Amino acid sequence: MHSIESFGTHDGPGIRLVIFLQGCKLKCQYCHNPDTIDTHGGEEYHIEDLVKKAVNMKSYFGDKGGVTVSGGEPLLQAHNLIPFFKRLKEEGIHTNIDTNGRLLNHPTMELLDKYADLVMLDIKHMTEEGFQKITGVQNKETTFNFAKYREASGKKMWLRYVLIPKITNTPELLHQLGNYFKDYKTIEQIELQPYHKLGIHKWDALGWEYELKDVRENTQKELDEAANILSNYFQKVKIN
Amino acid sequence: MELEEITLEKPQKKNFNEGVWNTSINVRDFVFKNITPYYGDDTFLVGPTQKTQKLWEVCKEGMQQERQNNGVHSVDTETISGVANFGAGYIDKENEVIVGLQTDGLLKRAMKPFGGYKVVQKALEEHGLKPSEDINELFTKYVKTHNDGVFDAYNAEIRKFRSLGFLTGLPDNYARGRIIGDYRRVALYGIDKLIETKKEDLNNIEGPMTDAVIRLREEVSEQIRALKDMITMGNHYGLELNRPAENAQEAVQWTYMAYLAAVKEQDGAAMSLGNVSTFLDIYIEKDLKAGLITEDEAQEYIDQFVMKLRMVRHLRMAAYDEIFAGDPTWVTEAIGGMLNDGRTKVTKTAYRFLNTLYNLGPSPEPNITVLWSPTLPQNFKNFCAKVSIDTSSIQFENDDLMRELRGSDDYGIACCVSYQEIGKQIQFFGARTNLAKTLLLAVNGGKCEITGTQMVDGIEPCTCEVLDFDNVMKNFKIAMTKVAKVYNDAMNIIHYMHDKYYYEKAQMALIDTNPEINIAYGIAGLSIVADSLAAIKYAKVKPIRNEQGLTVDFKIEGEFPKYGNDDDRVDIFAHNAVEDFNNELKKLKVYKDAEPTMSVLTITSNVVYGKKTGATPDGRALGVPFAPGANPMHGRDTNGAIASLNSVAKIDYKDSQDGISNTFSIVPKSLGSTKEERIDNLVASLNGYFEHGAQHLNVNVLDKETLLDAMEHPENHPQLTIRVSGYAVNFIRLTKEQQMEVISRSFHESM
Repeated sequence: MHSIESFGTHDGPGIRLVIFLQGCKLKCQYCHNPDTIDTHGGEEYHIEDLVKKAVNMKSYFGDKGGVTVSGGEPLLQAHNLIPFFKRLKEEGIHTNIDTNGRLLNHPTMELLDKYADLVMLDIKHMTEEGFQKITGVQNKETTFNFAKYREASGKKMWLRYVLIPKITNTPELLHQLGNYFKDYKTIEQIELQPYHKLGIHKWDALGWEYELKDVRENTQKELDEAANILSNYFQKVKIN
Repeated sequence: MELEEITLEKPQKKNFNEGVWNTSINVRDFVFKNITPYYGDDTFLVGPTQKTQKLWEVCKEGMQQERQNNGVHSVDTETISGVANFGAGYIDKENEVIVGLQTDGLLKRAMKPFGGYKVVQKALEEHGLKPSEDINELFTKYVKTHNDGVFDAYNAEIRKFRSLGFLTGLPDNYARGRIIGDYRRVALYGIDKLIETKKEDLNNIEGPMTDAVIRLREEVSEQIRALKDMITMGNHYGLELNRPAENAQEAVQWTYMAYLAAVKEQDGAAMSLGNVSTFLDIYIEKDLKAGLITEDEAQEYIDQFVMKLRMVRHLRMAAYDEIFAGDPTWVTEAIGGMLNDGRTKVTKTAYRFLNTLYNLGPSPEPNITVLWSPTLPQNFKNFCAKVSIDTSSIQFENDDLMRELRGSDDYGIACCVSYQEIGKQIQFFGARTNLAKTLLLAVNGGKCEITGTQMVDGIEPCTCEVLDFDNVMKNFKIAMTKVAKVYNDAMNIIHYMHDKYYYEKAQMALIDTNPEINIAYGIAGLSIVADSLAAIKYAKVKPIRNEQGLTVDFKIEGEFPKYGNDDDRVDIFAHNAVEDFNNELKKLKVYKDAEPTMSVLTITSNVVYGKKTGATPDGRALGVPFAPGANPMHGRDTNGAIASLNSVAKIDYKDSQDGISNTFSIVPKSLGSTKEERIDNLVASLNGYFEHGAQHLNVNVLDKETLLDAMEHPENHPQLTIRVSGYAVNFIRLTKEQQMEVISRSFHESM
């Protein structure tokens, strides 16, 4: 585990206990938690201790909130998440996974089918070239296959999409995104994450070069226009 | 005369549901029988009338002059304040639908020298003024004050604990406040009826003439005199306060006049209003139904009433600002909450009170306190959250917790956070003791860590290289026992003398004769105690001592859990320190057999406490401010806001029935992306926190940048209000040091 945020208000519905897990196979250029990428860091926690933390927060969850596992890439630890989520479900707590959808194996399928009330799937880019540039890895289709699997299960999903001027925030790419997912029944909403540079100091601290230094943040107008385009395809569009 | 009384009482009895309130003084019964709970939303609310706007412009100008004039607009140096000692004063008579000022001019302060004459002299001197010669002669030659009395009786030990900063902020040179008159009584019954009842009470207080009986007879006689003065005060404004209010405007006016009498006579630190909104709503609802007034008028009464409350001022010396910064008056009004029968006390007038924060803009006063219950109407909860997010001017307290443990559903909040049943109960305010400094006695052989003065006997000097947890705990308990005893001695003297020299006759006239009394002790430095004990237990803490053998610093090796992260290993120390010290206090006999209660509350004194306290074993350096109230220490709550709230919620209200103050600051974005989400999340947070048995929460929804900008450009933020421990202040009226302390606090940011 990397860290805990007990008042998560941007990682799923309501107030959430957000557990940031350590380790990710991607290295997205704009990652605002680059310190969670290394798969060797982090601290080990007992599942029951985390369950206890969640139970202590139950009164704050109301009828919306719950627990979100984020990262890093949480599915790298799917085998541990199964017993954790199972316990949360026993306690009547809503569960959510914030993922890049790069892993679809037996443990992740079991987790998705049985224990994850919600999945927030991060769509990095609509083109293979763009995807590779941002993430440093190949094959964007893996994520789309993951989406298909979730759709087939009929269980809820949100999409997340980081808006970077010119790189992901262009009308063509947004229409492409909309067209691809427009017939999905399980998608409740798409969240647009405006690109920001708040994580730069963490890159510096790690001694890594931040390649998007010269990229600017979106203007309000650009954000509104993006939301406007996507509202043609999704029932709910939210700017986070 | 007799005939007139009959015709006046009759229409009332016809129009209201009857009950025991008709045959005895019992406002709660009147409210209970006549309330119209409101479940709707805020769409019925209206903006300010033209009259209100014009009036508020005059007030804003006055406040601007006040700021320019070093915080004091003007002072009457010729008159000793009292209920009827000033003639009528107006802001702008033709636009005032609710009248009455403390003196004959807007923001003009009055001298109330019975608490302590030197304080008045000093306050005047700081503004280049002097009391008139007559008054000076009176108070230097003939009249004795509360302050004189207290220092006649203080012994050397109390003086020592006081001057070295173990006990601070004691009301020994200023008025104790905290007492809430049942100001509604004047509106419901008229003063004639109240005098008649007090006279009956006086007749029934019979011998043998012990100290207590003699004192009570004298007190009730004083109360009757104060009631007569209130009639005179009303006459100055052409108001017939002797009779009950007959309509909504009069109900508001009469209630305000009763409160005004209190703030003309007393300058107590906190002068709460009580819980008048539900009561006033009954009259407003009746007049609205009868078509006698419109919603505009209803809002106008409340706006103008609140405007008057915002203009209340007391004459204070600059040093007072250290413990109570920003010139507060604590006109605390409790709104919302539930009745014991399960109905809500939320009425349209609760909304109207909150609406003043839009109609007149944000403001620290009146100190609006929402009595929160998960069963409050959802619309009201949402509206309160909205107002809180928009104005940072309101605070929240756990209605279910207080009602269930303390009993009454007719209570107000005395000062910041303290339950007080209205008209049935009072409090003896006692500021607080420095528990962090008390802990240092345990590692310094009972000596003050700064001066080396021997404070407590029976603690072995500690020469060990690493602090031993069991040994420190044992000595901490010895120190607590001693500090509690000295604290109790001081309190007994203070309240004996306050009764003798500065008795609250006007407020007590509006309270049952011989009410129940809580003595309100308090502690500061709780989070430091908890973290220090955790450090000693879980890490290695090595004291660094000077030549005198006093600890000047601590070297900490290893990690230790910190209060504010929902970690039982350390939170238990906070819980236990409160329980232990409260138990010590409970053992001691109190003047007038008052019932001991304790608070974890600092106001803004956490800054000055820090200055007077040496380095502590948790790693806090000498002079660094404490966290306010029961808050975790700045920056140590690293698991987010809920974990922080959960730690504070573990302190048991049973051990701290005077209140447990927590101040929660969050940047708007972190509360949610959209306005609706922010409202939802704040409502859920409040529900969650109070379901954990927590008692109080101040909520600030602000960006740090706003505060920094206000420091640079105060002129652009005249009404910027922030919640501090248990009350709200106008940010620009804090000292730079206090402003920096507020900015350095944990602002929860999760992105």
